Amino acid sequence: MDKRLTNRIAVSFLWFCAATTVAVLGAVILYVFVNGIGQLSPAFIFTKPHGVNFEGGIGPTIVSTLYVTALAMLIVTPIGVLAAVYLAEYAVQGRLVRIIRFAADSLASVPSIIMGLFGLALFVESMHIGFSMISAALALSFLMLPIVMRTTEEAIRAVPRYIRWGSYGLGASKWQTVSRVVLPAAMSRILTGLILASGRAVGETAVVIFTMGQAIHLPISPLESGRPMTVHLYMLAMEGINLPAAYGTALLLMIMILFFNLTARWLLRRNRRMQG
Amino acid sequence: MTHIPIDHRDVPAVPHADKITVRELDFFYGDFQALAGITVGIQERGVTAFIGPSGCGKSTFLRCFNRMNDLIPGTKVGGTILIDDEDIYASGIDPVDLRRRVGMIFQQPNPFPMSIYDNVAFGPRLHGMTRKSDLDEIVQRSMERANLWKEVKDILPRGGLTLSGGQQQRLCIARVLAVEPDIMLMDEPCSAIDPTSVQKIEDLMAELKDRITIIIVTHNMQQAARVSDETAFFLQERTGEPAELVEFGRTAEIFTSPKDRRTEDYITGRFG
Repeated sequence: MDKRLTNRIAVSFLWFCAATTVAVLGAVILYVFVNGIGQLSPAFIFTKPHGVNFEGGIGPTIVSTLYVTALAMLIVTPIGVLAAVYLAEYAVQGRLVRIIRFAADSLASVPSIIMGLFGLALFVESMHIGFSMISAALALSFLMLPIVMRTTEEAIRAVPRYIRWGSYGLGASKWQTVSRVVLPAAMSRILTGLILASGRAVGETAVVIFTMGQAIHLPISPLESGRPMTVHLYMLAMEGINLPAAYGTALLLMIMILFFNLTARWLLRRNRRMQG
Repeated sequence: MTHIPIDHRDVPAVPHADKITVRELDFFYGDFQALAGITVGIQERGVTAFIGPSGCGKSTFLRCFNRMNDLIPGTKVGGTILIDDEDIYASGIDPVDLRRRVGMIFQQPNPFPMSIYDNVAFGPRLHGMTRKSDLDEIVQRSMERANLWKEVKDILPRGGLTLSGGQQQRLCIARVLAVEPDIMLMDEPCSAIDPTSVQKIEDLMAELKDRITIIIVTHNMQQAARVSDETAFFLQERTGEPAELVEFGRTAEIFTSPKDRRTEDYITGRFG
């Protein structure tokens, strides 16, 4: 066959596949947007659901989602970042490090519903914490830990060797070099990882349904239960009671996650500009 | 024998006094021996150039003086290096303290991703200086000595990475000067910057050598001839064998009447 023809066929096929990806994303966003936009109003965002079919707003579920995400970040950030510092800077690169890294990657691929079940068994039942923000945050942090650890490790490794040498060359100790040069240089990429991980937490359903409970309740103490947006969305849709509100919730969730992702991108871009 | 400590900065410059004495130095990367039997004396307050073809071990040798090679796993050193008559590989020597006295400039300008001011204040802060007025003073003095102050004095809060390549290299020199080392190692400091900046750095070396012992590794023989007082020529004769010091002496003599045939061949451009 003519090579110009085969080339044209290949290019159109590749173009078709690429266009499909964009089209699927566009269709989902458009569908949720069209169905949900009519719901969005200050009252929907700030007031409580009421009535048999959860009419009214979804205020407490937004609070629950943000609350549990923030709590999970507080737990996962120090552990994930420090573990990554140890792995990238201090651990003797060998078998043990490979095993830890493999464990982290495996942890990342554990289905989230299993993580939820584990959280239910460990925090809710065995430790008698009950359905609560803290149980959900702990279970979520298991899910986020490998993401935070691996992105932080990559960020630390991406700091050029010669910048470390500059620091050592001035008589800095290892910890001084890590804390004053390497971590600040890696900071925006570390933050990017943290933001992507919190986007994951915001969108997570299986873990929280097992550990937070589903009480429509405005949580104050971390020991109180609540109902996150994702669980509320599930209830609204599957019990078929209020589909319009379900679309409104879905749209808000997507906007929140989009915001997280855009912030992460912006940080990465700014970082690239600064490092020329 | 009693050891009498001498502060060399208070002693007037004696021509040809050796600041660094190297005896029978061997260096290994794992099983590969990179340097063999190097014996040389580096004069105080002068510029010594290390020349030789790529891969002849001159940068490796340079990194022995501040024990930067310690950071590379699997390296081993034999023989002795004395700085001010003190064995820097002795068990009581902390390489972190040593590197404060022996500063280093790298081939790639490597400012930290922080402000111009913070780059220069980094070393003094590391060693415990916290007063703003002290820091201001040392930052200004170091930048003046590095001939950079006039260009950056109004943009100190700007990022160090926003400067041009040549300015970045002088910023790195100011950063080293701020910890007041008495030796400065320069590993091909001009190979990644433009010719005008090269001129500025060479002028700077001539000014600094009154107070600091400078060792420069360079690929550029004209540069070695311009800036150095003494020159050492290194050569690895065959791949897989260690490099050796072929010839060492006054730069003028090395370049006009080398004693070794191999030095002459290298300088006249027959290989390398």
